[in-house]
Amino acid sequence: MTHRASGSRALSTGALARVEGEGAMRVEIVDGEVAQVQLNIYEPPRFFEGFLRGRGYAEPADITARICGICPVAYQMSACTAIEDALGATVDGPLRDLRTLLYCGEWIESHTLHIHFLHAPDFLGFDGGVEMAAVHRPIVERGLEVKKIGNLILETIGGRAIHPVNVKVGGFFRVPARRELEPLRNELVRALELAIEIVDWVSGFDFPDQEMDYEFVSTAHPTEYPIMGDRVVSDRGLDIPVADFLNHVEEYQVEHSTALHAHLLERGEYLVGPLARYSHFAERLSPSAADAARRAGLGPTCHNPFRSIIVRAVEVVHAFETAIAVIDGWEQPDHAAVEVVPRAGIGHGVTEAPRGLLYHRYEIDDAGLIADAVIVPPTSQNQATIEHDLWHFVESHLHLDDEELRQQAEVTIRNHDPCISCATHFLDLTVVRE
Amino acid sequence: MAVAVIGIGAEMRGDDGLGPAAVTLLNERLSPGHDIDVVTLDGEPTRLIEEWRERELVVVIDAVRKGGAGGEIHRVEMDDMVGVDQATAASSHHGGLAEAVALGKILERLPRRLVVFGVEPVEMTTGAGLSPEVRRALPRLVDAVLAEVHR
Repeated sequence: MTHRASGSRALSTGALARVEGEGAMRVEIVDGEVAQVQLNIYEPPRFFEGFLRGRGYAEPADITARICGICPVAYQMSACTAIEDALGATVDGPLRDLRTLLYCGEWIESHTLHIHFLHAPDFLGFDGGVEMAAVHRPIVERGLEVKKIGNLILETIGGRAIHPVNVKVGGFFRVPARRELEPLRNELVRALELAIEIVDWVSGFDFPDQEMDYEFVSTAHPTEYPIMGDRVVSDRGLDIPVADFLNHVEEYQVEHSTALHAHLLERGEYLVGPLARYSHFAERLSPSAADAARRAGLGPTCHNPFRSIIVRAVEVVHAFETAIAVIDGWEQPDHAAVEVVPRAGIGHGVTEAPRGLLYHRYEIDDAGLIADAVIVPPTSQNQATIEHDLWHFVESHLHLDDEELRQQAEVTIRNHDPCISCATHFLDLTVVRE
Repeated sequence: MAVAVIGIGAEMRGDDGLGPAAVTLLNERLSPGHDIDVVTLDGEPTRLIEEWRERELVVVIDAVRKGGAGGEIHRVEMDDMVGVDQATAASSHHGGLAEAVALGKILERLPRRLVVFGVEPVEMTTGAGLSPEVRRALPRLVDAVLAEVHR
């Protein structure tokens, strides 16, 4: 809806569709120049930090998984890793492999959903996935077929697809026997080809030529493409153990948002997510993922946020092959979890949610209760960068009419798959011109 | 199984939790050995259409905002869902139910019969439990769902 008054115009929309959750975006244009870009995202993690205080050390894995319907595994893994760190427990070998497998399920589901229902419609000129399905039914069905495999992983390993119940501090409640994983393996092998086709499909889209000057931040593992790592690195020299995260990343309040923003001390804004992971560790992708990336024309790094859809598709292929490798190497351990003994301590955990680095910190008292909790979700880390992207985009597209500008601005936000969801409803976008 | 009841929503989000709460209550009320799948989903459309495809009857319970009093129960059949303005679905998840019905129709993944029991929410605040109005409506809601599946 557009209102015109003398000398100024304001435009607002009921919804920024296809972004998970709730938030608002306000763009102000004064005398033909961008005067302000403000992203306001409501963030439940703040509530959960308070809610966790005084609860038992075993509870955050279950409670924080409720923060997001799309990435419960990320919350469970970062929570467990942090609490195990505090309690001096090490989860490695097959139990860590099984966590990786579970995490692959979440990457597959979340990325495939974003690709088909949130992002591809932008490139193909549809309002959303439903409208796209009406015209490209086989493509959407292929996407659903791939997404379903992610679901199957969550059901098989996590106990159920929504809010997995099999994860606990120290490992799992129950670990599968080899034969239980065979049907899953067959499905993964069958659908791998479909996942590769999706990379080829999205790489044919028409991408705006927009290289951004991001500082990329991701977790790092000594040998793997990062899903669960033990260090935090950037492409501009940051290389720190997880325990130092809050010494380098500062969360700060901004007036226009209920969510905290984050920046690197003395360095400024940064970007987490698929572009960061890929640009840091592309050479560690699984063979078919690396092939697909090459065919798609991705270089060793990717600074074009619009092309993040290709990187997500490549990561789906990587998740498929990583999952198959875990199953092929699977030997059922004698115990489903390592023993964990409550004690006082502070622990840190980072893992890679589909949309980027997710940090948890817990302080546990000598009764095993949570004395303090800090959760730094990927979307709050990316908010400043998304605002910057939007500023850049609006500045160079002021000639567009309000409707077109708003539509394109939404795309700019969706490039980063902000999981505002962690909440309810959607994003309001307001453009004010004076 | 041929019949499923799906509660949509998330706990700890105020009245968005009415779907899961109704599922809990329904499980207590169903007689042993019943042949009905009772599940909780978050309302993400592709999960919904996977869950309900090829079923005879699916009853969905969700928070739906139609402008009535808090706790008011609306019964809507599938054919009346198509074209429903998404903004009326107060579910916490993008298009939610309306989008799922539209998508299911295009992909031919709708159940033979779909009945939605929408309950008018009072508030959907993170961290909150159910409002007294919605809590009071739950037994009546579950009665209606049981009547529907046993019809």
